[in-house]
Amino acid sequence: MQPSPVRDLIVGLFVALGLAAIAYLSIQVGGVGYAGRGGLKLVAEFDQIGGLKPRAPVSVAGVTVGQVRKIELDDQLRARVTLEVDKSLALPTDSSAAIHTEGLLGDQYVALEPGGADDLLKDGDEIEFTESALSVERLIGKFVHNSGIEPDAEKTGKTAKAGKSPADEQAEEE
Amino acid sequence: MNAIQDLGLRTVNLVVHLGRLTAFVVQIAQNAVRPPWRVQRFVDEIYDVGVLSLAIVCLSGATVGAVLGLQGYVTLSRFGAETSLGAVVGLSLVRELGPVLTALLVTGRAGSAMAAEIASMVVTEQLDGLRMMSVDPVDFVVKPKALAMLTAMPMLNALFIVFALFGGYLVGVTLLGVDGGSYISSMENAIDFENDVAGTLLKSVIFGALVGMIATYRGYTSAPTSAGVSAATTGTVVTGSVSILLFDYVITALWGVS
Repeated sequence: MQPSPVRDLIVGLFVALGLAAIAYLSIQVGGVGYAGRGGLKLVAEFDQIGGLKPRAPVSVAGVTVGQVRKIELDDQLRARVTLEVDKSLALPTDSSAAIHTEGLLGDQYVALEPGGADDLLKDGDEIEFTESALSVERLIGKFVHNSGIEPDAEKTGKTAKAGKSPADEQAEEE
Repeated sequence: MNAIQDLGLRTVNLVVHLGRLTAFVVQIAQNAVRPPWRVQRFVDEIYDVGVLSLAIVCLSGATVGAVLGLQGYVTLSRFGAETSLGAVVGLSLVRELGPVLTALLVTGRAGSAMAAEIASMVVTEQLDGLRMMSVDPVDFVVKPKALAMLTAMPMLNALFIVFALFGGYLVGVTLLGVDGGSYISSMENAIDFENDVAGTLLKSVIFGALVGMIATYRGYTSAPTSAGVSAATTGTVVTGSVSILLFDYVITALWGVS
């Protein structure tokens, strides 16, 4: 084969194109470096996270501000969820976190509800008020049996107040 | 009795070939880490493997993406979940279809040509001519080809996926009226770097090594006859395709499906 500068140039272009495609897949589609390393890390504990998965979106008033980084079980057998949100986000310390579902069959996400306190949440802080994922099976179970709500509510304690709303009220009305 | 003898012979032959293949790969690897680097030969081989396969890979990518978009739309719209089209198209492409189809296409397009070229060099005694001049044919002929296959495969794979995502977008959004923003965002939310993109790159590197290894080995060890050339070409495509599909399952199982 004769040495040909044109062919070398074409090979160079091909390699540049290939590397650009790999970079596009990794950075844009794969989401490497989303929100940077320096996002604000918050921790929230839930009794029940349903189908929440890492990289699920975190939103305030429907606007995506970050994502779920890590989900683990703590020593009291509750789900410990680490969220990473935009650093510039000013959330009061009494903000609450809830796991909601996008539509009827959609993916689950964490919705943050800002509170009214003057102090702001700092990196590594814990969100105290949480609302667990709504389990359709448990809802139907309660509706069918129409009982067993009171001991359940006492057991779950603090978070039951928030998690109580639709299921229990419905049952109480019966 | 003959059938049993035949079976035994085939089994022993298979093991013998595996041993020779291993020795051959070790020889290529040893030559790859020491000079002469043969950069110009390598660049020329990238041209043959990569640039000349570009058209077929991009065209097939766009077509596969378009079909996935169409089929995915029909199935998803039954459940009213058209907005997840981007996730369906993206995940199936990045995890399985991209690396496997690219490797199969490149085996047919470039692997067979590679085996035929080396095999005809065996027939016309060009490799013996190189040995006469005390040039190692593995270093001069085989090494640049195998390394070019290894390098070009991940790039072709990434280009295949990008074109397929574009094809899916074209059909899903432009033709069938799925919202463009939700196509892109469901795709970007579903695809992860550690689980999906790193896996696709690992797969394509392994497939590139596999095809480069099989094509050069079949060519290098072919019988010095015209039937030997055709056997080497056919053998490359058959062995290459089967081992790509086998390895795809093994890698997916080891990598973990999440």
